[in-house]
Amino acid sequence: MKSTLTKIAVGEAVGIVAAQSIGEPGTQMTMRTFHYAGVAEQVPTGLPRLIELVDVRKEPKKPLMDIYLKGAAKDDEKKAQAIATDIESVTLIRLGEVTEDFAQKKIVIELDADELAHLKVDLDEVRKKIKTTVGGEIETEGTVLRVKPKVNSLRMLRRLTNRIKSLPIRGVERIRRCVVLKGKEGYFIRTAGSNISGIMKVEGVDPTRVYTNDVKEVEKMLGIEAARNAMVHEIKQVLDMQGLNVDVRHIMLLADAMTMNGQIKSIGRHGLSGQKAGVLARAAFEETVKHLVNAAIQAEEDRLIGVTENIIVGQTVPLGTGLVKLKMKI
Amino acid sequence: MAITVSKTIDRIRFSLFSPEMIRKLSAVKITVPDTYNDDSYPIDGGLVDPRMGVIDPGLKCKTCGGKLRSCPGHFAHIELVRPVIHPEFAKVIYLVLKSTCSHCHRLHIMSEKQRAELVAAFEAEAEAAPAAPLTKSLVEEGAAAAAIAAVASADRAAERSTKKVKRPTTCPRCKHKLPEIKLLKPTTFYKDKDVMLPTEVREWLTAVPDEDIRALGLDSTYSRPEWMVLTCLLVPPVSVRPSITLETGDRSEDDLTHKLVDIMRINQRLEANINAGAPQLIIEDLWELVQYHITTYFNNETANIPAARHRSGRPLKTLSQRLKGKEGRFRYNLSGKRVNFSARTVISPDPMISIDEVGVPMAIAEEMTMPVAVTSWNMEYVKQFITTDTYPHAEYVLRPDGKRVRVTETTRQEILDTLSVGSIIERQLMDGDTVLFNRQPSLHRISIMCHTVRVLPGRTLRLNPIVCAPYNADFDGDEMNLHAIQAEEARVEAEMLMKVHDQIISPRHGHAIIKPQEDYVSGAFFLTRSETEFDKAEACNLLAIIGVTKLPSPDRRDKWSGKLLFSALLPSELNLSTKSKFTRKLPDGSDHPDNTIVIKNGVLVSGALDNRCMDEVLERVIQLKGTMAGRTFLDSSGRLSLAVITRQGFSVSLANYSLPPDALKYIDSLQDKMRREIESVITQFKNKTLVRLPGRSLSETLEDRIMSITSRTRDESGSTVEKYMGTDNTSIIMARIGARGSILNAIQMASMVGQQAVRSKRPSRGYRNRVLPHFPRKDKSAAARGFVFSSFRKGLKATEFFLHSTGGRESLVNTAIRTARSGYMQRRLINALQDMVVTSDMSVRDSRQAIVEFIYGGDGADPMKANYKEEALDSSGPRDELDV
Repeated sequence: MKSTLTKIAVGEAVGIVAAQSIGEPGTQMTMRTFHYAGVAEQVPTGLPRLIELVDVRKEPKKPLMDIYLKGAAKDDEKKAQAIATDIESVTLIRLGEVTEDFAQKKIVIELDADELAHLKVDLDEVRKKIKTTVGGEIETEGTVLRVKPKVNSLRMLRRLTNRIKSLPIRGVERIRRCVVLKGKEGYFIRTAGSNISGIMKVEGVDPTRVYTNDVKEVEKMLGIEAARNAMVHEIKQVLDMQGLNVDVRHIMLLADAMTMNGQIKSIGRHGLSGQKAGVLARAAFEETVKHLVNAAIQAEEDRLIGVTENIIVGQTVPLGTGLVKLKMKI
Repeated sequence: MAITVSKTIDRIRFSLFSPEMIRKLSAVKITVPDTYNDDSYPIDGGLVDPRMGVIDPGLKCKTCGGKLRSCPGHFAHIELVRPVIHPEFAKVIYLVLKSTCSHCHRLHIMSEKQRAELVAAFEAEAEAAPAAPLTKSLVEEGAAAAAIAAVASADRAAERSTKKVKRPTTCPRCKHKLPEIKLLKPTTFYKDKDVMLPTEVREWLTAVPDEDIRALGLDSTYSRPEWMVLTCLLVPPVSVRPSITLETGDRSEDDLTHKLVDIMRINQRLEANINAGAPQLIIEDLWELVQYHITTYFNNETANIPAARHRSGRPLKTLSQRLKGKEGRFRYNLSGKRVNFSARTVISPDPMISIDEVGVPMAIAEEMTMPVAVTSWNMEYVKQFITTDTYPHAEYVLRPDGKRVRVTETTRQEILDTLSVGSIIERQLMDGDTVLFNRQPSLHRISIMCHTVRVLPGRTLRLNPIVCAPYNADFDGDEMNLHAIQAEEARVEAEMLMKVHDQIISPRHGHAIIKPQEDYVSGAFFLTRSETEFDKAEACNLLAIIGVTKLPSPDRRDKWSGKLLFSALLPSELNLSTKSKFTRKLPDGSDHPDNTIVIKNGVLVSGALDNRCMDEVLERVIQLKGTMAGRTFLDSSGRLSLAVITRQGFSVSLANYSLPPDALKYIDSLQDKMRREIESVITQFKNKTLVRLPGRSLSETLEDRIMSITSRTRDESGSTVEKYMGTDNTSIIMARIGARGSILNAIQMASMVGQQAVRSKRPSRGYRNRVLPHFPRKDKSAAARGFVFSSFRKGLKATEFFLHSTGGRESLVNTAIRTARSGYMQRRLINALQDMVVTSDMSVRDSRQAIVEFIYGGDGADPMKANYKEEALDSSGPRDELDV
């Protein structure tokens, strides 16, 4: 009974309604950034985040992950913390100071013994890593390493120094900071920076429940259906946080449109709008001249199948009552 | 009525004009680089030759004989003595030159087989998606390689492998060494460091065979590459570039005409020089000048080219500029349509008209007209409008032969005598006419709704304040637009789809958007709380307001409770029970019965209504009885609420925000406590004994701690405020029942304004190590960092005022930025989704008929109706809008 009476009407311009339902509250949204306990501060929320999502940026401004644990670590803060320490990527610069000895063309690495112990990093491990990436000879003197690389110019030396500084020693790449938090189902780890494939391989992590706010990464790692769901989830979260009530169907339509051909496409001239069927529709949106020129050289035909095209030529639009046609034989 | 034969446009093809085509199309060959002669008469063969059409009233077009309105204008042409590169196509020319051999002019990187495949692929692609974008990469990457890439764009793996294809050094076909082709933007080509003249480019392009052109993704029949090197320039008719006559009588030509004069002048000079056998150098200089003029004629914002300027120094607006951007042809004139039969003026509220009415001032009603078809049934009715000159009269009569006759003293009798069925009269706007009402910005579809006209005195358009919400209107000077619907089909559509009562439920979330607010909520609250009761006279008056003529028997001996009167609005099927947002205690400490709202079989048994409950009732009424019942409920409950609140009186004053001395003392003690706490964390910070919060630095931790202390203090003072202000304080009542304002507003006025923030942090910039010179350096205390101890009632100290306005400015700036950004986002969203439509198999498809969703929303439910309660759908009430 309910399902038949509440059916959507055929011809309803659901796209426009969805766009308006998501766009109209935009004016009411705040521009504030949100502070996620501990990890990255100032994660964009509200309008900037929504724009970021529909733009499908390569990486969000502040990528985040929630990593759920399995086994004992779920209820044991110490064990959870241990996993968090394991995950957090440590670059060499965090372990001590790196300076150049220009006179002898050496790179001096003074490691902090306390940090080494705290982060449970083995000195030999560090040496091995340097050896494989930089090469050359390494003198060891306590916790001070002197690297004599095979370089001629000082510029090359500086370049190598920078490489050494950002040399990943341990942890999962791109995971900048970890915080252990208590959720409804025990402890979980929230990280700044996102790396699904890296995290899923970590022991003790529940690979089925890894969450990231990076939709593009979800697409790459888990596929288009997952990306569609992630997009719905992220947009919904932005709107919910602002206390704006928007029916999920609108958000789903947006996400479905963005992912309809198996590849996530942005809203705007480089995505959906730039690939529309009609020349006139594209020209009326942005980059008018470019679209007209391309249409001319390819002898493109505009079949007037969209809304904009028909408005331009002054005909009824193929939506709603304009969709209904009378067919008869003359 | 005249039978009109209308044709629909099925498709539009874009292509290039060949020189032959231009000559065929042309009505005149332009030969004189000038416009008017000394007698201000158009020069024959000049740029405003009358054969191109006329722009002056009274003159006749020499080509078609039409007058100003009837002549569409005719194109002309200029024969260029030397060919010139079309600047917009330079990139494409570059692509063709780069991909073909300079000697045999064949595509050089592919075997016969490969090319055949490519052509086939292109044709298949064109079939599938007409808009295969020939992108930048085409030109940037080794030409043909990327052409293949474009074809294989679906298959990204293939794209990667083909991009590696290198451009050969010798032509595989004729073994000729391939020159390096370079394009110096915008229009200069180099072949191995030698400049290629457009003549050479053109010859080369002409020699490339059709099949190779197709392989490159161009269309060989509609756009041969050599047509991109102009030998013949199409000149648009004068109607495209009309001149304007200044008051002084001087003519001022359009920018395009100026540009065309330039082109003609240099072109003629070039011709003269060639004929005179001038040195090659001079010829090439002039040639380049023609190129410059033509480049700027097409696009005056070409990169690396100085813009052509008007005498005044203003850059000329040439062809590209006319099309581009918000004020360009596409967005301003083609996508944006102008209308007649519209009115606009300031709006003002009128709670006594229905929500789907609009009050129209007489001045507007007299000016606007509505068409009325003359039939055999309304002949006498229609004649009334023609006979009179007083208010509702006919302005025009459209006779069946299509002639439009103005009704005047002299024509009146003749019109009356000859009036026949099939005529249409245009009479002034009257009560009951259907109009569209709109307020910009039109952010959602309910920014335009259908109203019924009520002609009223005054000079403003009036609307019921309940419909302010969807329009986002207020009455501080807002203006709105009114459109009188002219076509019968349009009127019916508007009435069936756009009527205000059909928009009470928003498609955004399925809940009411047109709903009681502010005083309507307060009124309903006062009406329905237990204390309210009326004697017979009052009860009769109130019931009369909502149109109830039968007085129910009194429920409180000889008095009628407010609840009973309110129940008169409710349908008998309505059952509801929720908690009220406004809770009170009885003197004995138990809960007041009004705290729970119970509606049983359409009778409000207990509870004082708050805004949430009003919404719920409204939504349920609509679900049970349909949207018309919803409209009636809004109209009646609105009038009733306002009657109650007007009779009893309702206001706020300074007294609402005055606290007794002991309350103030308590607030002082709270603030002292806060100072001490802040001091203590600052000391901890200085001693480095402060415990770091996870993932935060020590100073960040300090700020976090202080921020939480300050906000806690204000909230604590809030409970005191509420306690002392009590439940009779109008400000608190409004906040609690959701009518207007919040408890925070009351706190800020009565106890303290609280922490000011800049970029969600305490203010920290200003002078060296301090925000204002009134504080010691490095002072991190509350006052020095924007905590406002005073209340708005008491007044702010100078430093507090300053920091408060700092925070205030930030929010102003943010609002300004936000509107711009969200506006653009919405434009993009609409543009991307506008073609999505539910098709008859319930799937959602775009304009290509590609399926976006197999069933809309996963369940095919309408968001407007998705919240309908099961029992509402089972009930037997009339639900017109639900009938499928």
